[in-house]
Amino acid sequence: MSEPRMPIESGVPEMEPYLHPVLKKNYGEWAWHERLRPGVLRHVAKSGDSIWTVRAGTQRQMDLYTIRKLMDIADEFAEGYVRFTIRSNIEYMVGDESKVQPLIDKLNAEGFPIGGTGPSVSMISHTQGWLHCDIPGTDASGAVKALMDDLYDDFVKEEMPNRVRITTSCCQINCGGQGDIAINIQHTKPPKIDHSQVANVCERPSVVARCPVAAIRPAMVNGKPSLEVDEKKCICCGACFPPCPPMQINDPEHSKFAIWVGGKNSNARSKPTFHKLVAAGVPNNPPRWPEVSTVVKQILSAYKEDAKDWERIGEWADRIGWPKFFEKTGLPFTKYHIDNWRGGRSNLNASAHIRF
Amino acid sequence: MAKQMHDTPMLDQLESGPWPSFVTGLKRLAKDNDMMVDLLGQLETSYETRKGYWKGGTVGVIGYGGGIIPRFTELKGDDGQALFPAAAEFHTLRVMPPPGMHYDTDTIRKFCDIWEKYGSGLIAFHGQSGDIMFQGCSTDNVQPAFDEINEMGFDLGGAGPAVRTGMSCVGAARCENSCFDEGRTMRMLVNNALDDMHRPALPYKFKYKVSGCPNDCMNSVQRADLATIGTWRDDMKVDQDEVKSFVAEKGRKYVIDNVITRCPTQALSLNDDDTLAVDNPSCVRCMHCINVMNKALSPGDDKGVTLLCGGKRTLKIGDLMGTVIVPFMKLESDEDFETLEELATEILDFFAENALEHERTGEMIERIGLVNFLEGVGLEIDPNMIERPRMNPYVRMDGWDEEASKWAERKAQ
Repeated sequence: MSEPRMPIESGVPEMEPYLHPVLKKNYGEWAWHERLRPGVLRHVAKSGDSIWTVRAGTQRQMDLYTIRKLMDIADEFAEGYVRFTIRSNIEYMVGDESKVQPLIDKLNAEGFPIGGTGPSVSMISHTQGWLHCDIPGTDASGAVKALMDDLYDDFVKEEMPNRVRITTSCCQINCGGQGDIAINIQHTKPPKIDHSQVANVCERPSVVARCPVAAIRPAMVNGKPSLEVDEKKCICCGACFPPCPPMQINDPEHSKFAIWVGGKNSNARSKPTFHKLVAAGVPNNPPRWPEVSTVVKQILSAYKEDAKDWERIGEWADRIGWPKFFEKTGLPFTKYHIDNWRGGRSNLNASAHIRF
Repeated sequence: MAKQMHDTPMLDQLESGPWPSFVTGLKRLAKDNDMMVDLLGQLETSYETRKGYWKGGTVGVIGYGGGIIPRFTELKGDDGQALFPAAAEFHTLRVMPPPGMHYDTDTIRKFCDIWEKYGSGLIAFHGQSGDIMFQGCSTDNVQPAFDEINEMGFDLGGAGPAVRTGMSCVGAARCENSCFDEGRTMRMLVNNALDDMHRPALPYKFKYKVSGCPNDCMNSVQRADLATIGTWRDDMKVDQDEVKSFVAEKGRKYVIDNVITRCPTQALSLNDDDTLAVDNPSCVRCMHCINVMNKALSPGDDKGVTLLCGGKRTLKIGDLMGTVIVPFMKLESDEDFETLEELATEILDFFAENALEHERTGEMIERIGLVNFLEGVGLEIDPNMIERPRMNPYVRMDGWDEEASKWAERKAQ
């Protein structure tokens, strides 16, 4: 038998071989940029060179026929180079302005929307869901496809007060990340435990240690070592499920969506912030999740109507105050919005600052 | 080939609408790929039952302990046989892209050819931690698929309790706000820790993210164990002629309402002649005015980076932002890069030795306190690390005189 092939531990590849020649030539020497229309950027280098970028939305999970089509477009219209953004948009760069319109026309003809720049709703960053995850409460690509169909206009236009970054996540671990709007599965019932399996597949002490509220303890059930959950303490977070799949947390009816707003990673104006709960109990309703779209559109429409230019959703809510946020979006304010987690008192109003 | 397609009435509803449809793509693949036929069958079942049917396992490539996400179906009949056998194994290869996710078309075409030969034909550009995800591979095909990708000069990314794939912004390649070489930095940080990436033995995951300016397009403050964010310490640059033409074009009210009054530290003022006055010592480098007037305003010349440590999402003690551990360091010369590489190694080693199982750096710092962490990795305290001084008097301070003299010594340096 031949020697096994050992990996070449080359790590992250060099960037240079993959860079468009104009980017390579002007590396670190850019002067300013402008947005010529939604989805089109022009960057000007100190050398006087310009590069035009056309940004198009993709479905992220791409079949190789779609990918080859995108590469054909790059070879024919965009000098053979592409890059992807953190939100799975594809960017074509061209050194000649006359190539911009034919490239846009071709992408549109092939069904790819041009946009996602400036004050628009860019592509939703999302997770794997039922397609590939081992612990999903919902699908990701499908929910995102349905939502982007509904937000298509907001992707191809730049009519929001500032950029809107949406994320979705299929469990409360929130791999989709922080967002201006985050749409995350929220379990509402404690796990149902398959006691016949716990001893076989779970390392019980590490499951006990994983619980954020110490609600899990070892127990003997039907003569077998298992685990039990104090259902009064359980916050239904699902943290026990990944290390111990018999702790069945996903429930076709009781796993709902919660919607959070005001996450912001940029330091621009205000410091970075985490997103905050605004809605919950939204049904997990494939294949198009219409109830999710309704809430997201309620929030976006109030934001678009009322926020000042450059205000992100969280900054807008901070300015007008949360009572007005719930009034303007029409979303109910409940006891669940009042934080009682560790450190949560800092989220209460410790002042007489009240808007009337 | 070309197994009979399953009916997929739920998924079919995701083929309509203007946004590109992944379902249409999956169905196209299924025309000549049996794995994709059965993948569609299982996915349709999930849509009907609202349940997931994958479980993990142990699949890898020779020489590495991570980088493959194994998936085996749990959707089985009473006889224990997979209901959709051609997709019973549907593993993912995580592969690290070049910094900034730049590609030439030839490289991506080669990826497609390899994945047509060994996999399902489904590739995600990119996953949430920044990997190219080659999705859908049988156990037997993982090794040959990896071998061919690896021969192209690409390597597996991280998974499990390991250093994860890094991310850096487009940065110096195409952005005027770039304050350092983001791609070189990310590549150095990750490639210095490949052993901890490919042979997972850390307490939990460890992520590097690199953003060229405080706009932090890589979300590093919220997601990275070690965030490297570009900044500058001299004055912001102002082209007063461009300021004047911006005011002339947009009007004074627009400039006052959208630039001057939006400065978080009131460091800006519009002069009577429509030039801009900047109180640079009060400027916190938030980027807002530069974002609005990017032709007139730009970062200064004395550029460098701020390092923050401990960003993460919920599990287990709630969200944590990264917090400042190095307010400013230069990142230009080879020596500067070596200094960062050594510090990153210190931090990773400290994490490996001191974090509890399944604890991220942010949780470890919360448990042991920032001061103990800084001492452990050999960094000095700095008032830029705090939002405000301590408010709680329950602290033992009998070392005060000694600590105060250290401050005097540092100031004298």
